[in-house]
Amino acid sequence: MRFAEKVATVTPAAPARRVRSLSDRTIAWLFIAPTIVLLLAINVFPLIWTVRLSFTNYRANRMNVPLRDVGLQHYNDILTSPDVWAAMQVTARFVIATILIQTVLGFALAWLVDKKFRGHGLWTTVILLPMMLSPAVVGNFWTFLYQPQIGLFNYVVSFFTGIPPSSFQMLGDLTLSPWAIVLVDTWMWTPYVMLICLAGLRSIPDYIYEAAEVDRASKWRQFWTITLPMAAPFIMLAVLFRAIENFKMFDMVNLLTGGGPGSTTEVASITLKREAFEKWRTGYSSAFAIILFVTVFGLANIYVKALNRLKQR
Amino acid sequence: MMREPARTSRRKRLSPRGIAEAAATVVIALGVVMLMQPLSLTLYGWSFPTTLVGTVMFLIGSKLPE
Repeated sequence: MRFAEKVATVTPAAPARRVRSLSDRTIAWLFIAPTIVLLLAINVFPLIWTVRLSFTNYRANRMNVPLRDVGLQHYNDILTSPDVWAAMQVTARFVIATILIQTVLGFALAWLVDKKFRGHGLWTTVILLPMMLSPAVVGNFWTFLYQPQIGLFNYVVSFFTGIPPSSFQMLGDLTLSPWAIVLVDTWMWTPYVMLICLAGLRSIPDYIYEAAEVDRASKWRQFWTITLPMAAPFIMLAVLFRAIENFKMFDMVNLLTGGGPGSTTEVASITLKREAFEKWRTGYSSAFAIILFVTVFGLANIYVKALNRLKQR
Repeated sequence: MMREPARTSRRKRLSPRGIAEAAATVVIALGVVMLMQPLSLTLYGWSFPTTLVGTVMFLIGSKLPE
């Protein structure tokens, strides 16, 4: 029985007649049409509009000024600007530092949790807690923790090192502020990397280790020749995902330092916000957003490819 | 018996789609590195076209036959 016939049997007579005359394909389209319309309205249209604006001199605070086409001028300005280049380098340093620390810590935690010690379920839940918090909440409470006068962080550092707590500012120091953000991001997202690595470790069949034991391979050799190579695709997946997320990182940096002191922590998304909502260069910031979008889209393609390869395993 | 899957996977990797996707991945990665490197403003200037070409290559390549 066709789907239209099935629907017609449980529908009152008048609408049933109308349903019977429709093909299955039409009914399918009717069902998905609201979602498609919504997606077009909130995803596709803004994207196309941003592309259009990136070629104009549009400013959102001067809407009466006639729109003038500037061609590729904004793209040229962005790709020759030393300030934007500097912001990209800050982003790069941030991405590299967070990924290195999170991958090493995440894998180490996953390896420990996989050992199934007593109470490992409880500890896994405790480790996962930071990941479940909102970045806005995390940003706010770490701002309090980093306060030089009343913040707990400075007192803990003082307890272990003997440095007076009010003698350094994590968020106001040129050297320390990037590390302050790296620390918060690591605290929040290492559990995520741990989860992915844990999935990788649990996917390794026990019989491989048993065979290695029979061959009298040491634990160290088992780690380098079995554990690490077999968990590598999962680690790669975590690295790619964190790279994409940290490349477009905004909320945490905005809440903790706002890009300061100076432009020490001004990542690309903070520069974009300043251009769009402080200088009101909407056309320019649209071009910048498109550049960031294409980069993230390219990385996301690689991510999906890696994910599909993992599924085939 | 054990060699068959390896030969199959190599053949799969050498398919037009596999080659196009691998090439596109390299170009995208190159574009991202050029965007974030601290050495040359000229390389930075060419990063966006490179990433864009890589992404378009990937989109077209992923439609090629397996």
